[in-house]
Amino acid sequence: MASVLEIQDLHVSYRSRSGMLHPALAGVSFGLLPGEILGVLGESGSGKSTLAVSLVRLLPGNGNITRGAVHFEGKDLLQAKPEELEQIRGRRISLIFQEPSLALHPTMRSGEQVRQVLAAHSAPGKSALSERTRQVLAEVFPEDADRIARSYPHQLSGGQRQRVLIAQAIACGPSVVIADEPTASLDPATQMEILGVFRTLKERLGLAMIFITHNPALLSGFADRVLVLYGGRVAELGPAAKVLASPRHPYTKALFASIPAVFEESGSVPRKRLAVIPGDSPISCLPRRGCCFEPRCTERMEICREREPELVNLSASHTVSCIKYEN
Amino acid sequence: MQPLLKVENLVKRYARRGLGDAREEPAALDGVSFTIFPGTTLAVVGESGSGKSTLASCLACLESPTAGNIWYEGKDLVKCGERARRQARPQIQLIFQDPASSLNSRWSVFEILIEPLILQGKYTSEEMKQRANSLLERVGLAPDIVERPPTELSGGQRQRLAIARALALEPKLLILDEALSALDCSVQAQIANLLVELQSSLGMTYLFITHDLAMAAHLADQIAVMNRGRIVEQGPADHILRQPKHETTRRLLAAVPRIARAAFPAVEY
Repeated sequence: MASVLEIQDLHVSYRSRSGMLHPALAGVSFGLLPGEILGVLGESGSGKSTLAVSLVRLLPGNGNITRGAVHFEGKDLLQAKPEELEQIRGRRISLIFQEPSLALHPTMRSGEQVRQVLAAHSAPGKSALSERTRQVLAEVFPEDADRIARSYPHQLSGGQRQRVLIAQAIACGPSVVIADEPTASLDPATQMEILGVFRTLKERLGLAMIFITHNPALLSGFADRVLVLYGGRVAELGPAAKVLASPRHPYTKALFASIPAVFEESGSVPRKRLAVIPGDSPISCLPRRGCCFEPRCTERMEICREREPELVNLSASHTVSCIKYEN
Repeated sequence: MQPLLKVENLVKRYARRGLGDAREEPAALDGVSFTIFPGTTLAVVGESGSGKSTLASCLACLESPTAGNIWYEGKDLVKCGERARRQARPQIQLIFQDPASSLNSRWSVFEILIEPLILQGKYTSEEMKQRANSLLERVGLAPDIVERPPTELSGGQRQRLAIARALALEPKLLILDEALSALDCSVQAQIANLLVELQSSLGMTYLFITHDLAMAAHLADQIAVMNRGRIVEQGPADHILRQPKHETTRRLLAAVPRIARAAFPAVEY
């Protein structure tokens, strides 16, 4: 199946005030299939938020895309002119951020905030605009879209605010939505509710989605495929069921082992010591010889220090970047 | 054994701010009662807005409750005078969710650590230096970071530093208000292990406030479930998890994301 969004060998660096270049992504490649939810899993410093913004070229001023290509609808977004990007951002590819209370204007009714997104991208008549605004809000609030449209953000709950952001994101009928930790500030019940909204929208509108999170458990039963980022590189990519149930990369395995066990399935309440990954996560993926997970890896070999691992295809859809699985 | 902390019928109402608005705000805490014994962990779980953080502020004497009693080692912190409260306060320390915003980014690690000691005014500078080093060691931080600002530390290191600062005055009770929620999974595990270690080596007592039931199950002896300012269910941790009685508990349990879950549950919205 052809990808809607094809990322090839993406390299991104940030320039610090002292002029040093700090790489954040070092050769990330993957394709987003039509209508799929791709879960991107990574901890702080893995480059997951850099990935989200660099796909639509919204990096801060000190960020540079140094190499790579992002193919979307026959264009390389990294070579596109600013006018072309304006046509794509928010209309064909939209972004949803983590903190819904910061992303909304505090003194503007939420209906107006959705309406302005529509007005910025298309210029139909006044009544058509209002009609479309109502439709979009009804998509995420089937019950009380009108009341929500009249409300200010502070009158809404965290989950409702996040739905307003989702309404903004889907307003222009994009084919790709990139969501960066959209549920991190919500409590678990609301988190589940928002995942349900995404899932429903994906099925109804055929959206393809990149869902970025640091919580592997959220992806279970939600994402179709999972991409694990570590130190700005792809550690593992495969079908969600495979990666979550039987991870192959030593980092993915160690990460899952550090989550408190599920109580009801074990005989007694598990107690007292959680498995941890030794050491700290890399602050930046400094160029170094060998695998970037090697210093923390429990399965390391001599050779891991000498060269970077290659991507190994375990099956047609499951790849892992670890020397252990080579040949 | 005497309980370390006993809370009886705690009520907290926030006043409405509008002029002439005499309507009463719904209570943020509406008759909360529980006890914690020394060396144990009580987890308070609940959804956003259930009153968990209000409870933390009242216990740490940052807010005064509208009604009710907080018995700390047999002394009522609500009714007792300011002088007695001052003596109890250092023994109850609070750790917040976001280590980045609870540490002064213009201070060095050393300044952050000795601030509570300076405020107590009982220590010489030599003692403070020693104290800072032993605190760092206690939470597993390398002593060579003392001169650095917290902005140069990773999220896990910052939360360790926040814990070290809270331990500076040798408290008996640590209130952890979503102290793990902002951290990555692997870092959460490291800090959780640190809390368990400190509990066994120092005999710490924890009030662990969270919406993560899996972590509450892992750390706590007792669990109290809050909803709309009330405790709707409380008891031994495994009991609550195995036989949840109240609907809120069941809802929280159902919302614990787990990796091995077979299928995504149907969500009505």
